[in-house]
Amino acid sequence: MLRYSLKRLLGAIPTLLILMTLAFFMMRAAPGGPFDTEKSLPAEIQANLDKKYHLDEPLIQQYGRYLWDLAHGDFGPSFQYKDYSVNELIATGFPVSLRLGLSAIAIALVVGVALGTLAALRQNSVTDYSVMTLAMTGISIPNFVLAPILILIFAVYLGWLPAGGWNDGAFRNTLLPIIGLALPQIAYISRLMRGSMIEVLRSNPIRTARAKGLPERVVILRHALKPALLPVVSFLGPATAAVITGSVVIEQIFGIPGLGRYFVQGALNRDYTLVMGVVVFYGALIILFNFIVDLVYAMLDPKVRYA
Amino acid sequence: MRNLFIMLLIAVLVYCGTVLSRPENLADEQVLRRGNGAEVQTLDPHKAEGVPASNILRDLYEGLTIEAPDGKVIPGTAKSWEISDDGKTYTFHLRENAKWSNGDPVTAHDFVYGLRRSVDPATASKYSQILAPILNAEDVIAGKQPVENLGVRALDDHTLEIRLKASTPYFLGLLNHSSTYPVHKASVEKYGNEFSRPGKLVSNGAYVLREWVIQSHIKLERNTNYWDNENTIIDTVYYYPIEDQSTELKRYRAGEIDRTEDVPSQQIKWIKKNLPDELQIAPYLGSYYFGFNLTRPPFKDNLKLRRALSMAINREIITEKITGLGEKPLYSWVPPGINGYAPAKFDYADWPQKKRIEEARRLYREAGYSRSNPLTVEIRYNTSENHKKIAIAIAAMWKQALGVKTRLVNEEWKVFLENRKQKQLTQVFRAGWIGDYNDPYNFMEILLSKHGLNDSAYMNPEYDELLHQASMEADPKKRFQLMRQAEALVLRDHPVIPIYSYVSSHLIKPWVGNYVPNILDHNYSKDLYILKH
Repeated sequence: MLRYSLKRLLGAIPTLLILMTLAFFMMRAAPGGPFDTEKSLPAEIQANLDKKYHLDEPLIQQYGRYLWDLAHGDFGPSFQYKDYSVNELIATGFPVSLRLGLSAIAIALVVGVALGTLAALRQNSVTDYSVMTLAMTGISIPNFVLAPILILIFAVYLGWLPAGGWNDGAFRNTLLPIIGLALPQIAYISRLMRGSMIEVLRSNPIRTARAKGLPERVVILRHALKPALLPVVSFLGPATAAVITGSVVIEQIFGIPGLGRYFVQGALNRDYTLVMGVVVFYGALIILFNFIVDLVYAMLDPKVRYA
Repeated sequence: MRNLFIMLLIAVLVYCGTVLSRPENLADEQVLRRGNGAEVQTLDPHKAEGVPASNILRDLYEGLTIEAPDGKVIPGTAKSWEISDDGKTYTFHLRENAKWSNGDPVTAHDFVYGLRRSVDPATASKYSQILAPILNAEDVIAGKQPVENLGVRALDDHTLEIRLKASTPYFLGLLNHSSTYPVHKASVEKYGNEFSRPGKLVSNGAYVLREWVIQSHIKLERNTNYWDNENTIIDTVYYYPIEDQSTELKRYRAGEIDRTEDVPSQQIKWIKKNLPDELQIAPYLGSYYFGFNLTRPPFKDNLKLRRALSMAINREIITEKITGLGEKPLYSWVPPGINGYAPAKFDYADWPQKKRIEEARRLYREAGYSRSNPLTVEIRYNTSENHKKIAIAIAAMWKQALGVKTRLVNEEWKVFLENRKQKQLTQVFRAGWIGDYNDPYNFMEILLSKHGLNDSAYMNPEYDELLHQASMEADPKKRFQLMRQAEALVLRDHPVIPIYSYVSSHLIKPWVGNYVPNILDHNYSKDLYILKH
């Protein structure tokens, strides 16, 4: 197990290196630079800026400098948010996204698994159809439609919850964004869960369990749930990584100071260091979560063993 | 000049002597919550750019001059000044009671330090060019002279002398731009890049920085050391970065902000119907225009075609049916609203649209095009719903009036800018400009042969010469005359098609007192107050 883990983690280094290299050169290939504005800057001022941010060096040298800094844990200064370093932006944004993301994924997991199981047990019944209709609706309505509707109902008309803002993470302020983040995930998970549960319920071990005369509750909870969770677990890896690095839509609409919008804004502003920072960070998280998923697999599925 | 100075001095003394009487009916809690567009990039006044940062910096810092609520330039940290007869030397007398938020006195040395820092190549300020009128500023920015050679010196602790390259009548208006603000030397030297953070930032304006949570809010509190603290009513100001205008509207309706930075144009009908008294629309010093690429066919050396295309646009339809906020159709290059300047106009500005179209058809034919041999042209714009609507409307107008075939191309902002600057792909492109200070030169300079925003590549030595003369001219009247002459050249040559002049639009709660719209859309929080509600 330990050897396997070490091997996997070492194997992540070349993956990250490739990701970094690709991102670095793709970003530089995009037209325009971080300091371009409508009025082009006088050559002297452009030169001052380039010098300050080492943009006057050959690209390969900049790449080397970036790798060197990164090896020392330094993502560099943000080109856009001049008072902050990329490390600071990630360090302040990530806890917010992490909190919202983990809450959302936890809710999605509990509700999605319960709904999916329920639908599977009552296959082709009214319950099944209503759950699946809800799930399909949840998948098809995008966040940017759902979130404003939630705000209109709960903040503008009813006045129960704030329409946005972070307010240092007060519970009232996090409720709507968490729901907004969780709903599509609930939809995905319940669909996955229903499918795999139906399959598991038809498998030989379950038939045996039932034949032994075990009560239905025990059959479901002790014998069916674990194998039926496998596809959900593999979905959870990338989904968690995606949700905890923030959603640009939810953050924009609710005014949440998370990490998500840096992906888009960084790219649009050609904030090279910020884009690199979030790409590397996100890449590392995905690798980490996929690794965790593999470990959880071993716990859930006796057929999988890492020696 | 002397008379003017005496009058100015009297005005200044009268202004300083008044402690404004406090309005009645004030709310117990004086908290103002402002929507503020995009997150600010920096609160370092010498590196800042863009409207959101400027809004906050005007509350935090104070320049030699400031603006009254109606936008008029009035004394700031300088209580008075003298201008030499040739208009090239300004001597400012600073208030003895001006203090930094930590209690240190604000001295002329602080301004010298600030101005030098602003043009220092090591600061790498993008906006330092605005200080170009100051003697040697351009050489210092270019690294050809040491910063000590900048034409700025402290005659004593409270007297500052600024020498200019040439008489610059709008210079006083420049002095409330953040590039000219003083910074607190000791804290800049101590904290370096981090001096502009809460707890470290020492400021000389009406407010101090309390909190800055990126992408969440910036909180300012009253600076009790501010020289005019007595007349400041609002204690706390929150700035919320909300880029999406619909989101901002929802938060406004939910009562979470008192003043929006903008209004979503697609919801303007709903707003006009439901919140008519809270909608504040005012002329804004900016123009929306299309540019022609004059370096390549079909527009190179083809005045008739350019003129025909400009005439065929019905600007009234665009402002009434598409933008809809009260924008004004633009028939001049400089937008209206600048004190004392009457912009020149297109010769066809007052013609009825029918006559314009007839003339446009004639010119179009003379340029060698016809219904059977139509012009095929491309309009390029940066991706945005509004720009798209306007481009579609203009393409339809050209098609209907002349039979022009138009292709629309939208591009992401930075790609679009790059293409515009390279002048290889572009034919007709969308552009806009918002004035930094209240003077026509703001707009006129854009079309100078070598200017960084001249993406049309308009090269007219006569125009350059007139503007050069204007920039050396000390007499304001003559100066405006020269600029008007230059503007007439632009309107004759059609390197651009002015379409409309902007408006600023905000939603403001009825309990925000003393809000006065002004052409630059600058509202200092210290001038406002909150009524009981």
